[in-house]
Amino acid sequence: MALFLEFVIAGLLCIGLFAILGLVLVLMERKVSAYMQIRLGPNRVGPKGALQTLADTLKLLSKEGLTPRGADRFLFNLAPFVAMIGTMLLLAPIPFAKGFQLWDINIGVLYISAVSSLAVISILLAGWASNNKYSLLGAMRSGAQIVSYELSAGLSIIAIVVLTGSLSISDIIASQADGWWIFKGHLPVWIAFVTFIIAVTAETNRAPFDLAEAESELTAGFHTEYSGMKFALFFLAEYINIFIVCAIGAILFFGGWMPFHIGNWEGFNRIMDYIPSSVWFFGKTFFLIFVIMWFRWTFPRLRIDQLLNLEWKYLLPISMVNVLLITLVAILGWHF
Amino acid sequence: MLEEIGKTEEGDLIINIGPQHPSTHGVLHLVITLNGETVKKVEPHLGYIHRSIEKMSESLSYRQFIYATSRMDYLSSHINNHGCALCVEQGLEVEIPERAQVIRVLMGELTRIASHVLWWGALAMDVGAITPFFHAFRERELLNDLMEETCGARLTMNYMVPGGVMFDLHPNFQRRVHEFISMFKSKIGEYDELVTNNAIFINRMKGVGYISREDAISYGCSGPVARASGVSCDIRKLYPYDIYGKVQLEEVLDDGGDCYARYIVRMKEMQQSLSVIEQLIDNIPSGDHMAKTKAVLKLPKGEYYSRVETARGEFGVYIVSEGKMTPYRIKYRSPGFSNLSAIDHMARGQKIGDLVAIMGSLDLVIPDIDR
Amino acid sequence: MTSEALKTAITALLPEAAFEDGREWLNVRIEAKDWKAFAERLRYQPGLDFDYLFCLTCVDWPAHMDMVYHLTSTVHRHTVVVKAKLEREDPAIDTVCDIWRTAEFHEREVYDLFGVRFNDHPDLRRLLLTDDWKGWPLRKDYEDPVNMIKL
Repeated sequence: MALFLEFVIAGLLCIGLFAILGLVLVLMERKVSAYMQIRLGPNRVGPKGALQTLADTLKLLSKEGLTPRGADRFLFNLAPFVAMIGTMLLLAPIPFAKGFQLWDINIGVLYISAVSSLAVISILLAGWASNNKYSLLGAMRSGAQIVSYELSAGLSIIAIVVLTGSLSISDIIASQADGWWIFKGHLPVWIAFVTFIIAVTAETNRAPFDLAEAESELTAGFHTEYSGMKFALFFLAEYINIFIVCAIGAILFFGGWMPFHIGNWEGFNRIMDYIPSSVWFFGKTFFLIFVIMWFRWTFPRLRIDQLLNLEWKYLLPISMVNVLLITLVAILGWHF
Repeated sequence: MLEEIGKTEEGDLIINIGPQHPSTHGVLHLVITLNGETVKKVEPHLGYIHRSIEKMSESLSYRQFIYATSRMDYLSSHINNHGCALCVEQGLEVEIPERAQVIRVLMGELTRIASHVLWWGALAMDVGAITPFFHAFRERELLNDLMEETCGARLTMNYMVPGGVMFDLHPNFQRRVHEFISMFKSKIGEYDELVTNNAIFINRMKGVGYISREDAISYGCSGPVARASGVSCDIRKLYPYDIYGKVQLEEVLDDGGDCYARYIVRMKEMQQSLSVIEQLIDNIPSGDHMAKTKAVLKLPKGEYYSRVETARGEFGVYIVSEGKMTPYRIKYRSPGFSNLSAIDHMARGQKIGDLVAIMGSLDLVIPDIDR
Repeated sequence: MTSEALKTAITALLPEAAFEDGREWLNVRIEAKDWKAFAERLRYQPGLDFDYLFCLTCVDWPAHMDMVYHLTSTVHRHTVVVKAKLEREDPAIDTVCDIWRTAEFHEREVYDLFGVRFNDHPDLRRLLLTDDWKGWPLRKDYEDPVNMIKL
């Protein structure tokens, strides 16, 4: 019974977090883009437009969820749920604060790599089942893109795993108690971090890698035919995905909830510990989210062949060599 | 599922880009044949905004028909009006006051900047960067404001009439143009930082949509599209009208022939327009803004043709007159129409993303194509 | 080339060509059947090199139709206007879209609005109007009781 209750509470928390994160991130995206585009952004509903996304959600809820006549009804309606479930599963091993983790699995990093691959299935489902040529093109692009960029993302995660010697997320965070990997790990970790950011931007279908949607080419890509709440689920899943990959980036490179510590400066470290660990975690994550949003509102989109060239000709060889470098660093103990 | 619809015999996909599509900037309809991501054929279907302005103009007087031309290329309506006014003036044989000539050229160049700025933002949006569009509108807004003061309109100006311009300049005009010049000069460097020097942007533009010099001539391309292929075709330079003969103006040429060359040509043209404005703004001669013309205009029997350089290229007005109050036949040679006809040639064998970049680099204005 | 020199060169090409006094440019009137061969000579003969067809249109007169071609040379910068008279009943002329590629679209437009058939045109369909449109709107005798408002 207690186990069941725990299940319910955890599930409700997950869904609540999912919804709140969606609202916050969409608002943040709109405010960030407005700031970069010399606009004000939403500013009418609620204080400074804070309730705008809530109003948008209500609108989407009340809209009719159309299914095109030629579509494969079952797969078409299944796709947004696959997207959402895949994303929700990823929330499990993420520690939001010290000791606040749903599931500290010993292969946490592997779990995340594996489950995040599910996202591509929902996009392919949506694109195929829509019976729309724009959707199909978008889905096929997305398939090629996510499968390719997963390699680089995986290899840059491996870089940290090599340094830590553990796949467990709590171990990875614990290993950064005397300084974050981004500071301890010299150049190879920097390279791993840059590849990671590029690869996850591509994996989440964000500009400049938003070829699956590619508004100016494919109108809305794989979700062209979706409307109402089904569209909202895709939209939400995209933003939660961004949150999750940024959280992982923060965990691997910036120590997750671990405060800013410098080697054995006891006094300094103790002062840093006064800042709650959740603040550290969300601060780092939202900083990375801001960076990814910054990309979106600055860069033009790549072309599909350039996108694949970038991965297979540049990122993948670089990250492979980088893994060797990191191994060297780890074996010789050159890191701090 | 896709078997029954929209496939060629070879199994290529046929896709409709438009008439409602984010990157056609209007109601252009392109039927494209796709092999995977590669474009095999582009077939424009026109006419979604065809209003038959040529037929309408046959029943409008020589003062009235000019207003219809503002609705063709709405981004350079001043220059369209200018072309029509010049054509009617050929038959009237009136001396246009120098003040009116200077005002016309000034307005024309301001329009060119406004149009190119909008194109810059729209092109960036076509290749996926949304922010430049808003920055472009910030500058365009200033221009619209200062034109509104003088012409009373922001888009369809209807300011140039046979014999000169309709009203005199607003007293604020010179000050606001000076303000604009100093503001724009600082912003144009920002444009380069944001877009021109961006590696992704350069990769998207270089080598895309190539058209050779010979093909550009054969397809009747004009304006920046032709000049980017090395065709010298600037009407302002070759057949100067009004006081273009007296101002310092360099024709911007490039021999790249691709989207990037077209981009660079337009960026440099903005600088040239700015220099023309700087030469003229402090030297507007005093005097009348309009020559005396009769209340009812009649052109002597004959044919009249005038050409002006709009932001998109060569705009021609061909009037056949029977000596009546209304023209017997009017033909508008619109630059976008000929430029669009080359799109199939440019886009074949390129990716679908390139097609969008090519459309952006052609700077299509659909009402100008359909008329 | 000046107008006079052009006149001599064109007379040498096509003795039947008649000249009309144009205001700005030399106007040449030819027979529709001579057009294709004449166009080829205008385009490719050294010294003429009329490579830029900047305007192609048609004028509907009460008794006949005139095809009007505005040609210029980007090499020599001279311009000529060629006109060819067509019958009002079933007007037809050879296409020149293999000489000047821009003619393909312009000829489709003229076909669409005037009903002039262009022989050997690769793709002669309506361009601006819908495929099932009846009549040729820019002809003077075109009537459309629904869409045209008579003042």
